[in-house]
Amino acid sequence: MTAYLIALRAIIAREALRYVGQRERFLAALVRPLVWLLVFAAGFRAALGLSIIPPYQTYITYETYIVPGLCGMILLFNGMQTSLSLVYDREMGSMKVLMTAPLPRGWLLFCKLVGSTLISVLQAYTFLAIAWLFDIRMEALGYLTALPALAIGGLMLGALGLAISSRVKQLENFAGVMNFVIFPMFFLSSALYPLWKMAEAGELLFVICSINPFTHVVELIRFALYLEINLAALGWSMWGLVVCLALAIFGYDPARGISRQGK
Amino acid sequence: MSGLSVQNLSHNYGSKQALDSVSFEVERGKFCALLGPNGAGKSTLYAILTRLIVPEQGSIQIAGADLRKTPLIALKKMGIVFQQTTLDLDLSVRQNLRYFAALHGMSGKVADRQIDAALDRLDMLERAEEKVRSLNGGHKRRTEIARALLPNPEVLLLDEATVGLDTQTRIAITDHVHRLCAEDGLTVLWATHLTDEVRSSDDLIILHQGKVLKSGTALGICGEKPVSEVFMHLIGETQ
Repeated sequence: MTAYLIALRAIIAREALRYVGQRERFLAALVRPLVWLLVFAAGFRAALGLSIIPPYQTYITYETYIVPGLCGMILLFNGMQTSLSLVYDREMGSMKVLMTAPLPRGWLLFCKLVGSTLISVLQAYTFLAIAWLFDIRMEALGYLTALPALAIGGLMLGALGLAISSRVKQLENFAGVMNFVIFPMFFLSSALYPLWKMAEAGELLFVICSINPFTHVVELIRFALYLEINLAALGWSMWGLVVCLALAIFGYDPARGISRQGK
Repeated sequence: MSGLSVQNLSHNYGSKQALDSVSFEVERGKFCALLGPNGAGKSTLYAILTRLIVPEQGSIQIAGADLRKTPLIALKKMGIVFQQTTLDLDLSVRQNLRYFAALHGMSGKVADRQIDAALDRLDMLERAEEKVRSLNGGHKRRTEIARALLPNPEVLLLDEATVGLDTQTRIAITDHVHRLCAEDGLTVLWATHLTDEVRSSDDLIILHQGKVLKSGTALGICGEKPVSEVFMHLIGETQ
């Protein structure tokens, strides 16, 4: 095995080991979307009328509508959690160990990203399984075709987390990330309500939702769950992944100095 | 060929000059103490030597490898012990070392053999399965030195490796690193602000306000006088 693959395996194993050690994180990541699914959705169901929009062929319940958005929520929160743990790693110094390994920095960051995405995808599937138990079910094959969509979404949002972590100087500043990244991304998307509903509310809101990369991640998952490929969503998500990864690699460029930023 | 060569190194943090035309050489197999008060620029120099920062000016050779032109080869030749503990506290000593070994391209039995040998060298083998969180400061440091030795580096860089340790442990660790230098031919750069860690046979660089004030052998710089006296005198002169 080459040094590259050995490092990839070790970084993934470390992420997994860390994840296993943080059971609260696993539970929190599941409880959040489940509360939305089983509590909020029940209330919203009556208030929100949904028309038949692709990829749906028939009327669906609100619970069914928000499942892809809640999968996206898991990926989004996990991406930000990765970002948080990277800032923590930098404050604790363990980021230095990674960054001084004799491998290209871009590869090391990519390994970190793959590790966190695997965990995100695992969490999303756990959520889908629980939803299934509550009779919120997709086509059987949809669970398989959703895998690449979840992986791409996880990579994109994880790369966003990496890019943010290179800019956030201290752990304390992370509340700002919650307020200015997670909440706007989630609420200004098609996760909870279809975009035509947003268009009714206002043109500007609709435009913001349409260009929000998170909307495209959610739509990619939504279509994939129904065995369809939304090419526009795929293109935007891939584009988002490339941009965020480039920003992350730029952010961790030694010419800019991670230890200086960490101070 | 020198073990470590630094030429004309300068770096700023905005308007603050952290290092100003720093140049020095450490011969292969020599223990070189880098002595400077807090804020002298030692940590910036280490961040540059380990490529966490790329300097604005200057060149660095690690056992003949140019850090700017061939960074991955240069990184392969160095072992690093940072000032701050960089171990994962929730993993065991062996798990920490395995992770590090993998980052350096080692896995399986090869890695296990290297880990056992490195821990044995630092008298840490019997603690291999203990969680790092349960180790005392001295043992954590030993673990970090063992980890730095895993890829068989030619140059070992230690940034205030004894900070926060009691005197007895400090002496033990300083002795250990001196032995590594003498027995294995490692080139060592040992940053410290504690003058009692410098031996008369060591090379010595005195860094202050980002500049090299003196460089040579400790004996040549200090003669019969205690290092602390010469150090305080030199620092005082510049203020």
